[in-house]
Amino acid sequence: MTLAIEDVQVKISGRAIVSDASLIAAPGEVSGVIGPNGSGKSTLLRTAFRHLKPHAGRVLLGSTDIATLRPADLARKVGAVPQETRSDFDITVREMVTMGRTPHKHPFAAMTTADHEIIGDALSKTDIEQIAERRYATLSGGERQRVLLARALAQRTEVLVLDEPTNHLDVRHQLDLMLLVRELGLTTLMAVHDLNLAAGHCDRLHVLDGGRIVASGKPAEVLTTDLVRDVFEVDADVVAHPRTGVPHLILSPLERP
Amino acid sequence: MKAGHRVSTTVVFAGLATALVIAATAAIGYGSVSVPPLTVWKILWHRLTGLGEPSWTISQDAIVWDLRLPRMLLAALVGAGLSLVGVSTQALVRNPVADPYLLGISSGATVGAVGSLVLGISFWGATSHALAGFLGALAAFALVYALAVRGGALAPSRLLLVGVVVGHALLGVTNYLVLQADDPGKTNSALFWILGSLAGARWADLGVPVVALLIGFTALLLRARALNALLVGDETATSLGIPPTRLRRELFATTSLVTGVMVALSGSIYFVGLVVPHAVRLALGSDHRRILPAALLAGAAFLVLIDLLARSLLSPQELPVGILTAVIGAPVFLVLLSRRRVSETGL
Repeated sequence: MTLAIEDVQVKISGRAIVSDASLIAAPGEVSGVIGPNGSGKSTLLRTAFRHLKPHAGRVLLGSTDIATLRPADLARKVGAVPQETRSDFDITVREMVTMGRTPHKHPFAAMTTADHEIIGDALSKTDIEQIAERRYATLSGGERQRVLLARALAQRTEVLVLDEPTNHLDVRHQLDLMLLVRELGLTTLMAVHDLNLAAGHCDRLHVLDGGRIVASGKPAEVLTTDLVRDVFEVDADVVAHPRTGVPHLILSPLERP
Repeated sequence: MKAGHRVSTTVVFAGLATALVIAATAAIGYGSVSVPPLTVWKILWHRLTGLGEPSWTISQDAIVWDLRLPRMLLAALVGAGLSLVGVSTQALVRNPVADPYLLGISSGATVGAVGSLVLGISFWGATSHALAGFLGALAAFALVYALAVRGGALAPSRLLLVGVVVGHALLGVTNYLVLQADDPGKTNSALFWILGSLAGARWADLGVPVVALLIGFTALLLRARALNALLVGDETATSLGIPPTRLRRELFATTSLVTGVMVALSGSIYFVGLVVPHAVRLALGSDHRRILPAALLAGAAFLVLIDLLARSLLSPQELPVGILTAVIGAPVFLVLLSRRRVSETGL
């Protein structure tokens, strides 16, 4: 299913954080949103699962404006891994993943065998079966991200929205997570901080700068020396990765005149 | 670390039900005139079904049915209600050590009830103090809501701060009312009420808390999965199809209703809404589908037991039950807290 953000504007306390943003996340593709700190990545992603309602523009799922969907209907179509996840309460991994079934269940409906199979499947795809009975609060960063991804998978949605899922992860876990997301084959919209990670694992990139999308396209088209200098204010030599051929950025500070 | 110290759900519910039955039997049987446990149940059975040959005295029957049973039931209802709103308050402000009294509602009930006691307003017999208490709770609810809401949303930290501030202001009003009371009898009864008491419970008092508890329990149980999601975060809740803003408004209204009714009837019985939910969470984890019914049973058993202690420890004198819950509850809470790891609670 295609997720399309059309001319979206989001204001927070009267200030426009995102303006005239449009992008399309094509079915089965991994679309990355990159941009410097404060460029509006999280804000833009929050409109995709309606945590924020745009002040102008709309978000379409196929041909349906998500503003017309009931909350549970939307949650059966779009799953999300937000950045903010509290662990003040004692919640096990299995309970956290079970939450993914919430939009599919009536208030008094018990968990069925089918639900348990879906949860088991999510645990196995993310390779966290061995830690299913542990507490979320005691997990490492990499384990936590896999748990949250498993919860979104248990929602059985066609679209995934991931807000910087690789933050705070070491390199191995960053790569593992990106490979896992690719293997899932879902329509994925994700914010990525690391430019090389984005270049290597996203089908398309959308570059946000000051709340506006300044470039969209394949990584090789988007990640140019000029764009990286204008948006990220660093100097970049773009080379082809010796093994995969995808663009790889070698970064250095801008030489100041 | 595995969640190994969690106890099997079946064991917990069986244990709580047993505890409630034992506490109830003891509370009905024990007192200045003791009634043996078996006789207690025979009397109840006879009253409910008309079956069985009376082998007990008329005064035993009157003591069980007219005096101790309504008091025990009120204790059970108030205990169940307070621990239920403890669970909902903790989800509402997303803090496992929040107490329903932090929201300011109970202080409103206290001002209302103490005000009517001290000023001698009695338009509806003894019930008018409870009614005034409930009106006070409603007023406090409106005030806290109006001050805490921003753009339709109740942010947890703001709600907590406004609740505490309003609560303290109302406490000042209560203290003033007590101080300026013109006769020591009024001061005494106001003080006794403030400290919490279940004495003098009658059958007629039970209807309102039963209804409030049923409404509160049903409303919360319907939202059990939503409450689970709210514990993790607002964005998570949205992504699971639960609008957090609306849920918080519903939770605040439900919590205030039950708190208002329970405090209006029994005064400020501290710590029940904090200790009971915390103990239940330690045993069962955080899934509200389990901890809501467990908190209901545990709260009922806990307060029935405490009330029994309150009237028997210094017999024939009676201690305000709120003093006992505070004196017993505080160390229990500290023990529970010390068993948790710092990293798990964020405390």
